[in-house]
Amino acid sequence: MTTKEDYARGKKVKVSVTDLTKCYDELLVLDDINFDIYDGEMLCIVGPTGCGKTTFLNTLARFIPATKGEILVDGVPSNPRRHNIAFVFQEISSVPWLSVEDNIRFGLKIKKLPAEEIERRVEAMLELVGLKPFRRNFPQELSSSMEQRVVIARNFALNPDLLLMDEPYGQLDIKLRYYLEDELIRIWGELKSTVLFVTHNIEEAVYLGQRILVLSNKPAKIKEEIIVDLPRPRKFDDPEFVKIRERVTESIRWW
Amino acid sequence: MAQRPNIKIECRNVSKSFVTEQYTINVLDDISLQVEENEFLVVLGPGQSGKTTLLNCMAGIIMPDAGQILLDGKTITGPGPDRGVVFQQYALFPWKTVMDNVSFGLYIKGVEKSKRNEVAQKYIDLVGLQGFERSFPHQLSGGMKQRVGLARAWANGPEVLLMDEPFGALDAQTRYAMEKETLSIWEKDKRTVVFVTNNVEEAIYLGDRVIVLSCMPGRIKSQYPIDIPKPREYTDPRFLEMRRKISDDTELSL
Repeated sequence: MTTKEDYARGKKVKVSVTDLTKCYDELLVLDDINFDIYDGEMLCIVGPTGCGKTTFLNTLARFIPATKGEILVDGVPSNPRRHNIAFVFQEISSVPWLSVEDNIRFGLKIKKLPAEEIERRVEAMLELVGLKPFRRNFPQELSSSMEQRVVIARNFALNPDLLLMDEPYGQLDIKLRYYLEDELIRIWGELKSTVLFVTHNIEEAVYLGQRILVLSNKPAKIKEEIIVDLPRPRKFDDPEFVKIRERVTESIRWW
Repeated sequence: MAQRPNIKIECRNVSKSFVTEQYTINVLDDISLQVEENEFLVVLGPGQSGKTTLLNCMAGIIMPDAGQILLDGKTITGPGPDRGVVFQQYALFPWKTVMDNVSFGLYIKGVEKSKRNEVAQKYIDLVGLQGFERSFPHQLSGGMKQRVGLARAWANGPEVLLMDEPFGALDAQTRYAMEKETLSIWEKDKRTVVFVTNNVEEAIYLGDRVIVLSCMPGRIKSQYPIDIPKPREYTDPRFLEMRRKISDDTELSL
């Protein structure tokens, strides 16, 4: 079993979260959360239903202000002008009036990258997610899984400092889910991005994560940190996989 | 001599297509299946495999193009209180309380007030919503809303319960809670159930038998009796083995 020290050895800290606290009036949702995200890591966060995962992500992405605490990216306070923090939402957020390739171009144009670089990245992403034949289609013409891949391509094209994913495969059928999870792992492996994947689905967290942070019930704190050093591709019926899944389940179980 | 099982609901050579000006989609192709009384049958298929269409035919909401659906040997010709439906999107009346939603079917049947409230209360208690009788749907979480949906369907006393991916809109953990709940209600108040899902784990947890549909057109691909005693454990080796077998047999629809 890899220890936390072994795991952290030789890794660079990309994002550092210190004393993250969020209150809505008197309701304390996030309570003094501290953790690091390593460069190029696939970190999964899982917790019981209603523990504050969405608030947690929204605070990290700076959609809502934290009550207290600091988020540092590469050692400096996170700043949307300087850093790229990309977000894949649970609801599919493709821009409906833009074609597939224009959706991918969207963020790159906002960041005012040079035209050549934009085109290079669009081509590379279309290839990577297998949507080249559909580049001129509109999101409404695609299935939900294809639409979600457009959003993922759009986000990865930015080469983000941190990619935040909020249960993006929740509503899709299970075989499709496995397929997209494998695709995510493939893209992540190629681009070496830093990904924070939040989910309610314990099996998904064990399948994807190099490391899992388990949140407690509200007010959310980090309850446990688990290193998942299983080789890929992982198998849900592998006894080691099952052991880790059971451990996380026991930590969260309320049903 | 062993008693032959009583067939509660049956599909014989059911086919259904949807036709537009530009194209024809064959959704269901020659589906024949029999559901025994008090059996918990799960129909498993990926997206676009026609599962909802099949269920809607059994509910009498739409009519097949070919073939018949029989309840206790008689062809069905439309919807009826003998078949209750639980929908994925809950379909609760937003302006009615939990009590009024659950007792609605009985109200339509003309059951008098104190009797229908008594029956509704029994099912509200059974789904663990005691104390919420006067709440409105918007005050409830997704899991709670679906429990109202279950109570409503069960309270109306149908002979067959048709459940169309009822937990699809819920998160993974609430889903586990609802699966456990459904099983517990079914054990206490047995009915014939046809449960549609795209989730293999859910299928194996709940079903006495799992039927796998192929995609476009929807046909019966395989059938799996699940011989593991209930309640089942998701990480039990037999469960995982079944899951691997059935997973490998289902199609991927991109």
